[in-house]
Amino acid sequence: MSNLIKFKIDGVECMTERGKYIVEAALENGVYIPTLCNMPGVKPKGSCRICTVKINGRLMTSCTTPVADGMEVESNSPEISDLRKSIIELLFVSGNHFCPSCEKSGNCELQALAYLYQMLVPRYPYEFPLREVDASSPYIIKDQNRCILCKRCIKTIKDEQGRSVFAFRDRGHRLEVVMDKELSHEMTPELAELAMKNCPVGSILVKEKGFIEPIGQRKFDKNAIGSDVKL
Amino acid sequence: MKDTVKQIVERYGKDETRLMDILIDTQETFGYISGDATQIMADMLGISRVDVNQTISFYHFFSTSPRGEYAIYLNDSAVAQMFGRQAVKEAFEKELGIKFGEVTADGKIGLFNTACIGMNDQEPAALINNRVFTRLTPYRVREILKHIREGRGVEDLINESYGDGKNSLPSLRSMVSSNIRRKGMILSDDYTYGTVIKEVLPKMSPEAVIAEIKHSHMRGRGGAGFPTGLKWEFCRRSKGDKHYVLCNADEGEPGTFKDRVILTEKPELVFEGMAIAGFAIGGDEGILYLRYEYRYMKEYLEEVLNDMRSKKLLGEKISGIEGFDFDIRIQFGAGAYVCGEESALIESLEGKRGEPRDKPPFPVEKGYLNQPTIINNVETFATAVRIVQNGGEWFTQFGTEDSTGTKILSISGDCMFPGVYEVNWGFNVDDMLNMVGAYDVQAVQVGGPSGTLIGPNEFHRTLGYSDLSTGGSMIIFGKQRNLLKDVVLNFMEFFIDESCGSCSTCRNMTQVMTNKLNKILKGKGVANDLEDLKQWGKVLMASRCGLGQTAGNPIISSLKNFKPLYDVLIQKDKEFDKGFDLVASVQNSCKFVGRVPNFNHH
Amino acid sequence: MSKPVIATTSLAGCFGCHMSILDIDERILQLIELVEFNKSPVDDIKTFTKPVDIGIIEGGCCNSENVEVLKSFRKNCKILISLGECAIMGGLPALRNGIPIEECLQEAYLDGPTVQLNKLGIMPNDDELPMLLDKVYPCHEIVKIDYFLPGCPPRADLIWDALVALITGDPLKLPYEVVKFD
Repeated sequence: MSNLIKFKIDGVECMTERGKYIVEAALENGVYIPTLCNMPGVKPKGSCRICTVKINGRLMTSCTTPVADGMEVESNSPEISDLRKSIIELLFVSGNHFCPSCEKSGNCELQALAYLYQMLVPRYPYEFPLREVDASSPYIIKDQNRCILCKRCIKTIKDEQGRSVFAFRDRGHRLEVVMDKELSHEMTPELAELAMKNCPVGSILVKEKGFIEPIGQRKFDKNAIGSDVKL
Repeated sequence: MKDTVKQIVERYGKDETRLMDILIDTQETFGYISGDATQIMADMLGISRVDVNQTISFYHFFSTSPRGEYAIYLNDSAVAQMFGRQAVKEAFEKELGIKFGEVTADGKIGLFNTACIGMNDQEPAALINNRVFTRLTPYRVREILKHIREGRGVEDLINESYGDGKNSLPSLRSMVSSNIRRKGMILSDDYTYGTVIKEVLPKMSPEAVIAEIKHSHMRGRGGAGFPTGLKWEFCRRSKGDKHYVLCNADEGEPGTFKDRVILTEKPELVFEGMAIAGFAIGGDEGILYLRYEYRYMKEYLEEVLNDMRSKKLLGEKISGIEGFDFDIRIQFGAGAYVCGEESALIESLEGKRGEPRDKPPFPVEKGYLNQPTIINNVETFATAVRIVQNGGEWFTQFGTEDSTGTKILSISGDCMFPGVYEVNWGFNVDDMLNMVGAYDVQAVQVGGPSGTLIGPNEFHRTLGYSDLSTGGSMIIFGKQRNLLKDVVLNFMEFFIDESCGSCSTCRNMTQVMTNKLNKILKGKGVANDLEDLKQWGKVLMASRCGLGQTAGNPIISSLKNFKPLYDVLIQKDKEFDKGFDLVASVQNSCKFVGRVPNFNHH
Repeated sequence: MSKPVIATTSLAGCFGCHMSILDIDERILQLIELVEFNKSPVDDIKTFTKPVDIGIIEGGCCNSENVEVLKSFRKNCKILISLGECAIMGGLPALRNGIPIEECLQEAYLDGPTVQLNKLGIMPNDDELPMLLDKVYPCHEIVKIDYFLPGCPPRADLIWDALVALITGDPLKLPYEVVKFD
């Protein structure tokens, strides 16, 4: 049996190897499906739901669903685009995302997705929750106002013994990502850098660092997220 | 303290996947899980402290601060509210001088709210140190508190006779009533447990057992309705080092309590069903995942398991069948509705937060400990016994073509005879209401908050997978009830509390929709709000699990079937109102600086 | 045909958005050809003197006066535009949202490190002062807003393009580089 399978995204014929997740397979075929919680090479969890696509009338996350032979994926339809925009808006109103004062502005994936989907104002009322900023670590700041609970730091930032520096706390609407007091005090500067890099928004910052690139030269100032994908 | 915690961690082999047990034992020993205890666990398990904490903080019954020598959890379901919870709550607060969420200064008594504890037919009810106290009244509250102050143990707070059926057995001694009002093949007394294992299985192959289940067309009784035979077949075919049989006894859907009754009255049937499933799929171990609210059954169920072991219905080489080695252990949850979702249940079984997994892979391929696993509802296993006993063909004579067999309903709310009714599928709602003595009915919540709210014009509909599907929860609301305020809002708050939080949609949209509902209830709604609710609710369909996808149903379903209730709250003379209230919004600042609000002169 | 009339105001804002209006550079001469300004800090007209076509709002609402001005804009303008992050989502002043107003006042007038001279603990409570709201509200949560132009400040090109589109009735283009939140 051939290891190559055919599938379609928005009617366009694509080809990939069996077992690949839709989002990876799409990339190979020059199709960008937006993601936020997903990281290449890290086990997906499908928590942000941005990469939702429609398959056989069902909504599925393309970061967690392997491509099947003959699968027809609907990704760029008005319905799915509006769903993604809704989710982005939900993330904006449920936190305190004040872009003008954020160190990550211009390099922030959430902001970039809002640009991509032309969010001018969220349709939902702002909640203005009261959130903490944890600056207890000598190396990093964890700003809960900006956290979108994507779990990227939880999955990737571990000490040498494999222990998680970050973890969830509580559940539902009170859910937070918190950092381990002991481990965040002992982390290496390299791990601190990695934590900031892996955070898609400005929730994890390396202390005394920020606003390095001037406006106009940041990642998403001129180029939309995903614009590098097109073949 | 330190040594005790160490012993607890060692008791479970320093196994991270047994973290739930470690935490439950610690919580029960000390009344809370201290920072020191957490650190010891983290060190012994080789994980970070926040990692231990993320499991602790997920579950309602774990606490990092003391919850009192007597921790009182008063059920907060809509039906409890309907039957006098407010008076009971006020009595507790008045007697103790503390609010819910607090512990008395002497550390003796703590008061906490909790989601439906599976006692909807005998509300208001509370858990006190894992014992259930039903039919509470302010008088009983004062009495219970007086007895606590006199130093009585929790066992001695029960002052009336025990409940009906097996509730009075020495190992249960519970004041819970089973309230069985109608028996069918599962609840009937005409089956001697062990018959199938001893007399039928030795003559059958595992494949033949699966064939009978498939032939019966039985679908899962938990609510999702997946064909049971197929599930077993998929699992049998999946390769793995071990195969697991999990019984989902986490019935957290408000208004359902039939699994509690089955496990009280027919636990052997459930365990036998699990063993049969074990035989069919080549299973090595069975685990009953029991919600912590039913902790009072622990001793009783373990006694039943021991009894079955002594009769060689569990253990090695069951019924003399070579290779049929199967035993069952009980794993408790710790208060999380979402753990009723099968993959969240597996996560919880592995000592983690109960966050549903992405599918595929499905549990039949990669389930508990990544091994092939079947998860079925309590009722499904019990039903399987009767199918294998009598054959799949026999079973199809009950119910309807697409919904074979019987269904055990948990019926509560405004009716004369709340309790458990086993009926054939295909029963219609009108008949059901007549059966339970429900008159002047305004609405019926079919399948719990995640299901559908229907009104009289739909009472002709029938119960079944192709019409009104239900896991069993049926809540009846009389004409006197304020559906939006007392029911829909209560259900939405339940979903906000019980979302695991993993998906952006379920975590946030439940709150956004509830805020809008509150705005409408305050008389600030405009016509657009109803359209918004309808559209916004669709976003929930992008959630990972069934619970998230249905978390907006209280609003979506009531908006569809009871729109006039919303319409009367909508302002007719306004098109725009986001709920801003100038007068209210300046109150606090004016008061603080010492001025009288004045809106006249700017 | 008479020229479209524009009014502008800055509520709880920093006037940065107004600066950005001026930042359309020489096109301002064109703008003056195209439109007439009514109530606005640009021409210092304090009250509405005629019906206005386009009202431009900078800043959110942090006090009762902001609310009153915003409502008068809604009443006098056919179209309202929320200009900039503060009008759209409260912006910098909204960083106090979530914190009880009592705590904010306590910090600002009694306990804050910069409070030196208020030994008597006097609070601003003159009847003439606007009353503080419990939080800073985005404009569209108080009145209906028709268009939103984000940015801190919104790029001058975005403002120009939007105004031209509104005046000429052409569809509004939103080029990637000009729609930014900072």
